Amino acid sequence: MSKKTSKNRPVANLNKIIGSWFLQHVQAFLSSLGQLYKNPMNALLTTFVIGISLALPAGFYSFLENARRVTSNWDTTSHISLFLKTDIDDQRAQALADELKNHADIKTVEVIDREAALLEYKQNSGFAAALDALEHNPLPPVIIVQPKIESISSMNNERLLKALRALPEVDSGQFDRQWAQRLHRIIEVFQRFIMIVAALLSIAVILVIGNTIRLAIHNRRQEIEINKLFGATDAFIQRPFLYSGLLHGIGGSLIAWLLLETAVLLLNGPVVRLTDLYGSNFSLVALNFREIISLLLLGAGLGLAGSWFSVKRHLRAIDLI
Amino acid sequence: MIRFTDVYMRYPAGSDVLKQINLHVEQGAMVYVTGRSGAGKTTLLRLIALVERHTRGQIVVNGQNLRRVTGRRIPLFRRNIGVTFQDHRLLNERTVFDNVALPLAVAGYRYQDIKKRTSAALDKVGLLSKEKAFPIALSGGEQQRVGIARAVVHRPALLLADEPTGNLDPALSLETMKLFEQFHQVGVTVLIASHDFDMIKKMNKKIITLHAGSLLPHGRCGERSAPP
Ligand SMILES: Nc1ncnc2c1ncn2[C@@H]1O[C@H](COP(=O)(O)OP(=O)(O)O)[C@@H](O)[C@H]1O
Ligand SMILES: [Mg+2]
Repeated sequence: MSKKTSKNRPVANLNKIIGSWFLQHVQAFLSSLGQLYKNPMNALLTTFVIGISLALPAGFYSFLENARRVTSNWDTTSHISLFLKTDIDDQRAQALADELKNHADIKTVEVIDREAALLEYKQNSGFAAALDALEHNPLPPVIIVQPKIESISSMNNERLLKALRALPEVDSGQFDRQWAQRLHRIIEVFQRFIMIVAALLSIAVILVIGNTIRLAIHNRRQEIEINKLFGATDAFIQRPFLYSGLLHGIGGSLIAWLLLETAVLLLNGPVVRLTDLYGSNFSLVALNFREIISLLLLGAGLGLAGSWFSVKRHLRAIDLI
Repeated sequence: MIRFTDVYMRYPAGSDVLKQINLHVEQGAMVYVTGRSGAGKTTLLRLIALVERHTRGQIVVNGQNLRRVTGRRIPLFRRNIGVTFQDHRLLNERTVFDNVALPLAVAGYRYQDIKKRTSAALDKVGLLSKEKAFPIALSGGEQQRVGIARAVVHRPALLLADEPTGNLDPALSLETMKLFEQFHQVGVTVLIASHDFDMIKKMNKKIITLHAGSLLPHGRCGERSAPP
């Protein structure tokens, strides 16, 4: 008979199922909140440990992002060095430079004549004695071209470089961006380092949350047994613990965010004064909206993972059968 | 309702605690299981509630062969059973109301239904006025009654009670047994384990006697429970 009514009112039944499902989740959520509230000191300590663990990689990341912003400013100093053929004398070089000044994509042009090039090379290379022994100056003149568009990554500048290289007087030409490149490599190394630190600390967060949940399961063993005896499903029993892990993770993320903002607040003054010295108006930023959401999701995910592992492991030990 | 066929039970460490048990409890019956301490009464109830698995033989409860009740079917199976324990097993940090409401919460009832049924169950055992109290504030007899309310709140077809009069004085014991009789009268199958033979003799119901894990014949003739 009950089968018949359920067939006649499938929608009502579905509503009932969804309603009951939702209700059970609300119950589990409130129950885990209640547990946190009952033990606020423990919850706070755990959340703080998680917060610090998350703040470290997030802080490194933030440092890197700021470094990247600085170095993108440094791109503006990049220029093109044109090494002319060795049979080009200084007059020809100067004539070419005057010609290039009128090019649409070029802002300034500077000639380093053979004498100056030799002097610079002697100073920088340490081969001064060897060069003195030579009768001729072996170095060609160099023309330094500053493009109008400042970023080295601009397609326009790539095209400009290609055109300049094609000139008959030019032997070779290249962007002078060693500095920037080195810096980018250093940043890459740091990025890798941060990823390793983040992975290790993520494992630490999972372990901390797992241990917290293990203790919670241990403390509520009797309750779990009684629930099972009166027909609780595994899902019903697991739910509050999973929510608890989730809440710990999110709480940890919030604390990490707070720590980061505080650090930026403390550091920004000195950093601004420092960059002022270099005529830059740089100022530190913490996390943007997307990064905050990512941090929260990361914390939530780690919390859930930690509690999930713990629940799977330790609830099995309370199996009545 | 309950049928045991050549059932043996042995805990992982040890010898057979139940040996070749054959018994049948009809739907709606009220039956006492008696025997000395250690005879296997609790174990018998634990097998029926699927707290333990029997090692040999066949148990059918409510038409279900317990061997086939596994995984997700276990919780659903248990929702049709109510259990009380010798040591009550109430949750001390929860109110009386919350303790009694537990089987309903577990089964996902709506709050309005939980409220209604829990109040009714508490009323039935005469403890509605104590619903906000905590178990520690109650006497042993009251705690036992909270346990009984919890065992019947979800209206199970089968009620299992382990030593419900364990620590009660004779007058209270009799009262408790009367309470079980009331549930029996509304159609619940009731199985009560008790070593208090003098008391259950007075109840004039079917008696099953265990002796060292074996069933003694002539169930009603309780005097046989004494060892030869
Ligand atoms: N969890 C257990 N593990 C091992 N042996 C047990 C366990 N529980 C009970 N026993 C043994 O099983 C026998 C029957 O115990 P029990 O069913 O509790 O008897 P009763 O309830 O009649 O006093 C006893 O010898 C007891 O020592
Ligand atoms: Mg016993």
